[in-house]
Amino acid sequence: MKEFTYTITDPLGIHARPAGLLAKTAKGFSDTVVTVTKDGNTVKASQLMKLMGLGVKQGNTITVAAEGPAEDEAIAAMQKFFEENL
Amino acid sequence: MILMQGKGVSKGVANGPIYFFQRPDTTISDAPAADIEAEKQRIAAAQKKSVDQLNTLADKAREDAGDETAILFETHAMFVEDEDYVECMMNALEEKHCTAEKAVEIAGEEFAAMLAAMDDPYMQGRAADIKDVTRRILNNLMGITEGGIDSEAPVILAADDLAPSETLQLDKSKILGFITQGGSGNGHTAILARTMGIPAICGLGEALKAEYTGRKVYIDGETGQAAIEPDDITLASFQTKQEEQQKMKELMETMKGQEDVTLDGREMMVYCNIGSPEDVAAVQSNDGQGIGLFRSEFLYLAADDYPSEEEQFKAYKDVAAAMNGKRVVIRTLDIGADKQVDYFEMHKEENPALGVRAIRICLNRPEVFRTQLRALYRASAYGKIAIMFPMITSVWEVKECKRACQKVMAELEAEGIPFRKDTELGIMIETPASVLVAEELAREVDFFSVGTNDLTQYTLACDRQANDLGKFFDPHHPAVLRALKLAADAAHKAGIWIGICGELGADLTLLETFLAIGIDELSVSPASVLPLRAAIRKSIAKTCTLEMLKS
Repeated sequence: MKEFTYTITDPLGIHARPAGLLAKTAKGFSDTVVTVTKDGNTVKASQLMKLMGLGVKQGNTITVAAEGPAEDEAIAAMQKFFEENL
Repeated sequence: MILMQGKGVSKGVANGPIYFFQRPDTTISDAPAADIEAEKQRIAAAQKKSVDQLNTLADKAREDAGDETAILFETHAMFVEDEDYVECMMNALEEKHCTAEKAVEIAGEEFAAMLAAMDDPYMQGRAADIKDVTRRILNNLMGITEGGIDSEAPVILAADDLAPSETLQLDKSKILGFITQGGSGNGHTAILARTMGIPAICGLGEALKAEYTGRKVYIDGETGQAAIEPDDITLASFQTKQEEQQKMKELMETMKGQEDVTLDGREMMVYCNIGSPEDVAAVQSNDGQGIGLFRSEFLYLAADDYPSEEEQFKAYKDVAAAMNGKRVVIRTLDIGADKQVDYFEMHKEENPALGVRAIRICLNRPEVFRTQLRALYRASAYGKIAIMFPMITSVWEVKECKRACQKVMAELEAEGIPFRKDTELGIMIETPASVLVAEELAREVDFFSVGTNDLTQYTLACDRQANDLGKFFDPHHPAVLRALKLAADAAHKAGIWIGICGELGADLTLLETFLAIGIDELSVSPASVLPLRAAIRKSIAKTCTLEMLKS
């Protein structure tokens, strides 16, 4: 498993638009599960509504993890995604 | 030929097939379903249809409005297929043996509640996305057409009468004109028609039958006549009028870009009344010089819960930015009387026009008022917004409104959010009380705007919604016109401007009287801007008299 922590800088946090893009990006790695954890609550990046339900806001620190055959590529893609969008 | 006679409430001639407005049955039954597998398939089919619709909308948005809007539709499409959301529907089917509709409703409520329960206002606002998506799946399950008009070609929309919340949801591009059984010239269908610049006839009564759906009708919004299969003579007269209308339209085109000034150099501000951000297009195409009345009710009427600060901010900001520095007068919520909203949970009143409405609600519910004021001040950084308070009767009300504004400004300042400190504050003059204390009121505000429909109603003790008051409801009554003069004199004495944002502003027979009184601004429906400009440019202000103020 690969993971990184990230502190959200987007003033609106993980809202509908980036959540949708995030779910889409995470789906691109077959057999590899990407998760987002905030305050001990973990959801899959593909679980769009639950992801929004985490209520991730500006200043929150989250952990992003990837597990599976494509975890290296997945985690790199996620890192890039968060830096560019959130 | 079937000839129907009603009251013409929005000028113009149009023809097209009648489409009788279907009030969709949106009740969801609690009855158990016979076949759970069949219900599962119904959900799957409705889901697929919803995803297809949203992808089509996304493609269209990408061409018309850009990526931002397109991504929103794509995100909605992902919501439709969200695994937890769908699982929730399937569980409901299995456990409750309910119908597909009920299962979708349960899932929608559960997830909307999850977001609404969060402490972050933005996320609370996102509950609206879930509701929107759920509504779409339900519509597809129940065969309800979005936009209310199940026809490819544009139609003459017929109805018993249309509620404000219903007119908001209509797909306006499909409407050539309105004909209704009930309603009045001051009703919301009439106001919408005038904003859109299309003809409308109301009060047709029983003569207008639902079975006429699909038949071609000619309507004249001036005479109030509607004719199905007109005979040759009637047809010829409709066609002549249509040709004249077309010629007039071309003539009015020449008024675009011209100044609103009389022959002797008196300037008038000719502004527009609008009811939603989408009306801005009509303001621009008719060359309105500003917006004299932006009714904020659409935000409240179209929702089933209080609109969030973020939602309101976006709507106000969009209009302010689109008007590009021209003045945009936004009226704070004017709910109550004929505009009722369920979630406000107002007590039933015997006489709602004299009840808890408009500013009275705001002053009774500071939180609702605060949310709107915050959204307005935040939007003030993006254009020239002016804030207007409706239904004022006393000086203390205005002082209280101003205190609420001060408080909101202090909050925004502390939060480092930009806003314009010099945002103009004004009030509506629509009660006899406000006319009688106008001098004191004028010292408190930056402008007056007269709501002539209500001023007439309250001055003459005539219900503006009633159809049978006829000659008694007379906006030309000297009492109404003298009230206007009193308010104007008070305004000018205090050095502030006064406008008219009621329907009377577009009444060309009163233009000379308005000039004589010294009215500074006329705010009219967008379609009335160019005819009004043409009339102003032919007038000589110094020869106008107050003749009509005499009884």
